[in-house]
Amino acid sequence: MNELIRVTNLTKLYPVQKSFLDFIFAGGNREYVHAVDSVSFSIRKGEVLGLAGESGSGKSTTGRLILGLIHPTGGMVEYENRDISSLSRKELKTLRAKIQIVFQDPNSSLSPRMSVGEAIEHPLKIHRMGTKHERREKILGLMESIGLTPAGFLYKKYPHQLSGGQTQRVVLARALITDPDFLVADEPIAMADVSVRAMILELMKTLKDNLHLTYLFITHDLATAKYLCDRVAIMYLGRIVEIGERDEIFSYPHHPYTKALLSAVPVPDPGQKRKEKIPQGEIPSAIHPPAGCHFHPRCPYKMPECSREKPLFKDISQSHMSACFL
Amino acid sequence: MNSPVCEIKNLHIEYPIAIGTVRAVEDASLNLYPGKVLGLVGESGCGKSTLGLSLLNLVRPPGKVSKGSIIYKGQDILTLPGKKLLKLRGRNISMIFQNPLTSLNPLMKIKDQFYDTMIHHEPGLKKEAAMKRIEELVELLGIEKKRIHEFPHQLSGGMRQRIMIGLALIMKPDILIADEPTTSLDVIVEAGFIELLNQLRQTYNLSVMLISHNLGLVAEIAERVAVMYGGKIVEEGSAESIYSNPLHPYTLGLIQCIPNIKLENQHLFTMPGSPPDLVHPPPGCRFSPRCPKVMAQCRKELPPLIRKNEQKVACWLYRENR
Repeated sequence: MNELIRVTNLTKLYPVQKSFLDFIFAGGNREYVHAVDSVSFSIRKGEVLGLAGESGSGKSTTGRLILGLIHPTGGMVEYENRDISSLSRKELKTLRAKIQIVFQDPNSSLSPRMSVGEAIEHPLKIHRMGTKHERREKILGLMESIGLTPAGFLYKKYPHQLSGGQTQRVVLARALITDPDFLVADEPIAMADVSVRAMILELMKTLKDNLHLTYLFITHDLATAKYLCDRVAIMYLGRIVEIGERDEIFSYPHHPYTKALLSAVPVPDPGQKRKEKIPQGEIPSAIHPPAGCHFHPRCPYKMPECSREKPLFKDISQSHMSACFL
Repeated sequence: MNSPVCEIKNLHIEYPIAIGTVRAVEDASLNLYPGKVLGLVGESGCGKSTLGLSLLNLVRPPGKVSKGSIIYKGQDILTLPGKKLLKLRGRNISMIFQNPLTSLNPLMKIKDQFYDTMIHHEPGLKKEAAMKRIEELVELLGIEKKRIHEFPHQLSGGMRQRIMIGLALIMKPDILIADEPTTSLDVIVEAGFIELLNQLRQTYNLSVMLISHNLGLVAEIAERVAVMYGGKIVEEGSAESIYSNPLHPYTLGLIQCIPNIKLENQHLFTMPGSPPDLVHPPPGCRFSPRCPKVMAQCRKELPPLIRKNEQKVACWLYRENR
């Protein structure tokens, strides 16, 4: 298979800030937040991989690690079979034009002092692409194709003069202006209104086909993941607990956490009633994650070995893996 | 159906601002029934939160109710003098807000926050008696009773929201207004919270107004649903009829534009344009500039809310049934 991104045993630990006194009395024992705990997966060219989980599961950190925005504690990210951490600064800069990110809140990721045109032009300037005239033509063309019309009029506008849907489109345009191959979308619709969400999702789907893009789509909403993704990975407390083709995950979920997440998704149909029991409690602290399977304290199918050993991935089918002893 | 516990009649709410008047709520009429949940849905800026606040006469100046009445137990909440209003808030009608962390006092222990509310409504209440009631309620909410000696920051997000609902219910009110109560919660915690709310309204025979933009959430618990757009109620009816047979094009669009996990190969409906400017609303139907079924009349005249089968709808498509 044609893999664009391969992630192997990716780990990120954040040291916990401690006061001087704690340091003296507790001895030199540093504690760590296990944000991402040896995560491995790959994304094929032209595919949308959904990374789903509750807040604090490490999905955004994973996205940032792949882009090299933060450095991993361990493990490796490969882009077209090249280890990202082995690249020189210059090579990394070239690569950055090819991998882009869209953040959750469009308003806080746009500078209020930059007009729409300037914001979209910024990546081109950083990567020294094109002449001033060429850049303008390219920006106007992209704005048209992304639905930011009339482009000439909006070009000079500032973020506060735009609607919610338009700001999200500007952020998308800025990510796409350098002709990337790979886009990390970190909850791009979480802040948007219901009618805007559908618009952004539809747009992302069209853009993917037209521009041959590959997405890592980070979301906490499984219904959205089902709509947009080809494959889905479910994360819990820094680990991937289940990964597989979309239809397999949604039709035959294996891991109890996946089942719980699926049954918790509200369905816009009063006739549908919930079948699975909702697990008690909330996601535990990532400083002292539970031993063995991280989900065992909340799991309705808990067995003795779950609190002792970390369950390894096993194949449910050819394209579906789950980390559970069941 | 039994008689409503609260009637909102022809309510108009305005916010005067520098460039004109924002007509946040226009001619809204709703009834709340004991033991039932009314879901109030719409996008941000449609006036649903303002409508919720008006039930406690909490619309913040310069915003004001310009017309209409809210009848609770034979009296109009909007004309009650300040002292009576203070007695009503928290005791008869209470509210939970979106973000529990900003609604709880970070410097007070949970038990003291409960006691504060109780002593306000029952002067002379003994501390021991109060503690007993607090502990009972907290256990009903699924929280260990020893946690009431802690501060808000020591509780998880889900627990804080449970404490919020506890604070709202400690005086056993008739009406609970829940304004986006689960927006800051994760899906699993959200589902647990909705189950709890469902159980509590049966125990207390509570009338709930659930304000949300999440149609999925509303479908889980509400018996009746009202859809708001641009300050107006455009459709109202039983939850089953609203979801299975939406009459207003906006309601239909709203339902079709959210990904539904139970559907295969769903095609999302995209609504062009954006919600109306409430200072200068479009003439005629507020939704007409975005409506796929717009007619000439829609752009000229405001459609009245008319009865169609079991539902009420404000759309010219159904005018012949008048």
